[in-house]
Amino acid sequence: MKTVYLDHNATTPVREEVLEAMFAIYRGVTGNPSSIHAFGRAARKEVEAGRAKVAAAIGAKPEEIVFTGGGTEADNLAILGVAFANRKRGNHIITSAIEHHAVLHACRFLEKEGFSVTYLPVSGEGLVDPKELANEIRPETILITVMTANNEIGVIQPVEEIGEIAKARGVVFHTDAIQALGKIPFSVEKTEAGLAALSAHKVYGPKGVGALYVRRGVRLQPLTYGGHHERGKRPGTENVAGIVGFGRACELALAELTAEADRLRLLRDRLCSDISKKISHVKLNGAPGKRLPNTLNMSFEFVEGEGILLGLEMSGIAAASGSACTSGELTPSHVLSAMGVPAALAQGSIRFSLGRENTLEDILGTVEVLIPVVRRLRLMSPFYDGSQDGTGTGGDTR
Amino acid sequence: MSGDSLYSEKVMDHFHHPRNVGKIENPDGVGTVGNPVCGDVMKLYITVKDGRISDAKFQTFGCGAAIATSSMVTELAKGKTLEEAIALSNKEVAAALDGLPPAKMHCSMLGEEALKAAIEDYRKKVKANNEPQNIEH
Repeated sequence: MKTVYLDHNATTPVREEVLEAMFAIYRGVTGNPSSIHAFGRAARKEVEAGRAKVAAAIGAKPEEIVFTGGGTEADNLAILGVAFANRKRGNHIITSAIEHHAVLHACRFLEKEGFSVTYLPVSGEGLVDPKELANEIRPETILITVMTANNEIGVIQPVEEIGEIAKARGVVFHTDAIQALGKIPFSVEKTEAGLAALSAHKVYGPKGVGALYVRRGVRLQPLTYGGHHERGKRPGTENVAGIVGFGRACELALAELTAEADRLRLLRDRLCSDISKKISHVKLNGAPGKRLPNTLNMSFEFVEGEGILLGLEMSGIAAASGSACTSGELTPSHVLSAMGVPAALAQGSIRFSLGRENTLEDILGTVEVLIPVVRRLRLMSPFYDGSQDGTGTGGDTR
Repeated sequence: MSGDSLYSEKVMDHFHHPRNVGKIENPDGVGTVGNPVCGDVMKLYITVKDGRISDAKFQTFGCGAAIATSSMVTELAKGKTLEEAIALSNKEVAAALDGLPPAKMHCSMLGEEALKAAIEDYRKKVKANNEPQNIEH
């Protein structure tokens, strides 16, 4: 059975060019970049070439890139690093209610350490209000951290406005740009970001390597100790192959960005409109005009998400859900809850996140599979009795 | 698709081919448990004849384990005396399904509770019917 992978926001397959670049390193550039002999120097050269490519993808200087073991670590380094470096100046942090757990859990830890955190609410469409953010800034505020694009609903925050406000008020601004990289243009100049977290495995690079952009002048305490690597911010022998792979992935993502964003937007919009036409009682989650081009989060009323995913999987289709059952938590998606989506609708939410390999055929096939899957689950549901559609057919037009 | 399955074959069978889906018109007992916040809501309908569950049907809003559990509970309940049905534990239901992932065991609890609630509802109705009428002079 042909498989259709629609979960690119969770991770992406490593692309062929990246694999080639990485295998060349594993096979032929085996030294430690810190060694002074030829083996080391060859490895150092590759690391710095990779660094330059990652920097170019976000409009940064190479020396502003700190490589980490992934995006979560980059977020933690940014938040904990800035907090601890500045705790004599202040102890207040502003973030949003819909950040990734890498940001939220770091903030919660800081609260236990005596920091005060404001979690900004979002609108029903998932957007932070820059004016509300500005109102929360106090003399003790040392960090603002708001993600560029949300992983669950794809909504893009007004980070350029937020960056301007942060700069005007003299507060460091970190943005989790992990989902934005490779999907929409992202520039550290335009966003006035002091820090930005990035991850390789979201852009067809390998898992296990990420980066933190750190603007010159931003004070940052490292989280681990043991050497001078990465300008003292993240000691440890560099993941040479991973860094090279990350660099290659960024290079390709930058080159293909516009064309790919346009292509994915068309496919995503077609998926959305076909679902809306052919299945009743569906709701789009997230500001329609302000989303990543590849992301679609919809709620299917009267049914639960895992049930839909199991039905999709029977036909080889992989997607994700905001339901409690699929996350292993006891409550549904914190992102949808923050947007005011009622629990039952959050439980019935599905996220489709498209990528390079997806075609129109994949999209059309997915809709055809969804129709009977949703119908069958609705006919089993205590909340659906046919009167909602007048036909008792499970809510589709066939 | 390859990879270890999330659920046993029995669970998948009950999910894809659930037994006893639907409502009973004029049921002898109905039990509704769970809530949308947790993601599982089960409604169990029973008919009772001569102290035995003669028919059972379910409607469930929930994950694969919740649907499979509901299906299995109705299968296990049919034909049992009320006492036997009350004694049906979530462990038995899970075992009948060849096991559930630890995170999904609460779904089997819901199945046990829904059946108990339906029987409780039946017993309340019976008691109400047997209450002596108020005779007005």
